[in-house]
Amino acid sequence: MAFNILVCAKQVPDTNVIKINPKTGTLIRDGVPSILNNDDANALEEALRIKDEFEDVVVTVVSMGPPQAQDMLTECLAMGADEAILISDRAVGGSDTQATSNALVATIKKAEKEMGKSFDLVFAGRQAIDGDTAQVGPQVAEKLDLPQVTYVEECSLNAEMNEVTVKRNLEDGYEVIKVKTPCMLTAIKELNTPRYMTIEGIFSAKDKPTHVWSAADVEVDLSTVGLEASPTNVFRSFTPAPKGKGEMIEATSEKELVEKLLVGLKSKHVI
Amino acid sequence: MAIKVINDKCKGCTICVKACPFDAIEMKGKIAEIGAACTACGVCVAKCPFEAIEKVEDENDNGVDLSEYKDIWVFAEQRQGKLMGVALELIGEGYRLAKEISDDTKVCAVIVGDNVAHLADECYAYGAERVILIEDPLLKNFTTDGYTKVLTDAINEFKPEIVLYGATHIGRDLAPRVAARCNTGLTADCTRLDVRVSSYIDFANKNTTLDTSTLDPNDPDTGIKQTRPAFGGNLMATIICPRFRPQMSTVRPGVMQKREPVEGAKGELVEYKPTIAAADIRTEVVEIVKSAKELVSLTDAEIIVSGGRGLGNEEGFALLKDFADHIGGVLGASRAAVDAGWIDHSHQVGQTGTTVKPRIYFACGISGAIQHLAGMQGSDMIVAINKDADAPIFEVADYGLVGDLYKIIPLLKEEWDNADALFDASAK
Ligand SMILES: Cc1cc2nc3c(=O)[nH]c(=O)nc-3n(C[C@H](O)[C@H](O)[C@H](O)COP(=O)(O)OP(=O)(O)OC[C@H]3O[C@@H](n4cnc5c(N)ncnc54)[C@H](O)[C@@H]3O)c2cc1C
Repeated sequence: MAFNILVCAKQVPDTNVIKINPKTGTLIRDGVPSILNNDDANALEEALRIKDEFEDVVVTVVSMGPPQAQDMLTECLAMGADEAILISDRAVGGSDTQATSNALVATIKKAEKEMGKSFDLVFAGRQAIDGDTAQVGPQVAEKLDLPQVTYVEECSLNAEMNEVTVKRNLEDGYEVIKVKTPCMLTAIKELNTPRYMTIEGIFSAKDKPTHVWSAADVEVDLSTVGLEASPTNVFRSFTPAPKGKGEMIEATSEKELVEKLLVGLKSKHVI
Repeated sequence: MAIKVINDKCKGCTICVKACPFDAIEMKGKIAEIGAACTACGVCVAKCPFEAIEKVEDENDNGVDLSEYKDIWVFAEQRQGKLMGVALELIGEGYRLAKEISDDTKVCAVIVGDNVAHLADECYAYGAERVILIEDPLLKNFTTDGYTKVLTDAINEFKPEIVLYGATHIGRDLAPRVAARCNTGLTADCTRLDVRVSSYIDFANKNTTLDTSTLDPNDPDTGIKQTRPAFGGNLMATIICPRFRPQMSTVRPGVMQKREPVEGAKGELVEYKPTIAAADIRTEVVEIVKSAKELVSLTDAEIIVSGGRGLGNEEGFALLKDFADHIGGVLGASRAAVDAGWIDHSHQVGQTGTTVKPRIYFACGISGAIQHLAGMQGSDMIVAINKDADAPIFEVADYGLVGDLYKIIPLLKEEWDNADALFDASAK
């Protein structure tokens, strides 16, 4: 029986090139490319690394998003994943993290049933650059009843392929954690350097299966997905006020400048 | 909640299509249509000149009795028997919010661990009115499974209205799991919290471009309004959780204010006996290693010291590095400095470099070209040092220092650790 790895991936707008129109205060989306979310690329790379190292490993990528997200999945296949699944449906649009995890979990269960397998290892990126919540990975794990380790910066699977030892990043160091498979791991960029697509990869991607499923296909309970089912709602959204001119420090010497600056920083609790 | 286009009023002007941050509106013939990507954020409602788009609230029909839930909880994160700073910040913020809700709403610190009872006094000193202590040898170190179980059990028993967590690597691991198990909402990485609509309006008027004329300052609603950056800080969103309880947020360390500690303050201690067995915990913590902080990337940096053409030469960066190391910052640069070959492109900040939003950004010898500003304007605090009093960088600086950076930077490094003393002296 093959060792099955699932990677959760999202297509996101490249927020590094998003700009605000200073006059209207709205996002300028023209020419903003959609990309495979950064941390998810690390998640996929780790799955592919395990596939390189061990025999008989199958890597499946799952995503939720609009039909265009197939481009991102094709990219994942070209990098070396074996098959891809996209859950795409109006009914799941506008989902918050809780509702998104419901849709993904239904999709994952459907995939396991349809393909007659169970996933031994589930990877996700720590967070997506458009929302930065870092919540979907743990919420998927909760609903699949899997143990999780987040912020994974190093990962090794034992020879029996039933236990992983990971280094989990902390602000002030790291911890070493052992966990039995199946489990969920969320990747950070320190984990690895994602590979590029190869020419052969791009050609072979066309022949690999990509399943595009609707909400009905995955038999998700419609009262658990979409905008209506999401516990959190956007109340208002806005652009931060353009930064106003602050204080020019008046002083007769450099020393006085520095002292006044430090007092100011202290009084504003920034240091 | 849903966004609806009133077809009779829509003039087909496409303003909403361009305004939508989520690319969720399309023109169907001459009429706008809201698509699946809609998050009901309401930007289009505000932008539509014809009042042709409305937000429809729906009834609460999920069987959750909101009135059963009371008090504000703070997950008082501790590591190796020491409270994290963010826990004390959140107790301060929780106190402020509790009093805005009602006089008898209490802020409670929840301490989970083993032999951590001694932390209760510190929580009281910083404003906690109640401490819920959850101790067990199995809870000595943080584990997702262990902490999720005991915290969820306690939440189900006591029913807090709001639960706040620090957005640390532990808080961001625990909170989503607890929220999923309690079947409620969670908002990540908040930088501002409000319960009263009037406070929210004050905040929005001072700090944002939001049109607050549609908000009623006398609105009795005290549901939490959680403001957070999205799209890499290009957009701010305020999130609510109107139909489920508890309302949960993770909050970035360093943004909320601690209260002035009151030595010897006392509160009510509630010891909650958890039901937890070794088999509940499916991960094994083999070791915890503390390491000296490694070089962090620009995007995650708390402090950035950036240099421009004004440095004059490569050695200027050695001076900045020396200062940056002293204050725990990382080096940034303008394109002119990168083009001059003084520093690697990976340090470049701006339109064609990295977008950064540290807590403090020092711009040293940088003129403030628009392409540079595009990448650092989102910083919480900008300090500019430039010889030229008319340099455009001063237009965005919170503090402007006119002078020679070669004189100022060494002095700044020297005086940095004296800031407390200088501040105390200035207060007298
Ligand atoms: C398409 C495009 C993209 C670009 N992208 C970027 C980008 O991503 N990032 C970026 O930074 N730029 C970018 N630029 C370049 C940008 O327009 C400016 O040329 C550049 O930012 C200027 O760098 P500077 O401020 O270091 O240099 P200058 O504009 O030369 O300013 C140097 C400043 O140092 C001051 N100074 C000199 N000596 C001292 C001293 N001893 N003490 C204190 N102050 C001193 C001077 O008064 C002056 O204000 C881009 C330009 C284009 C056209």
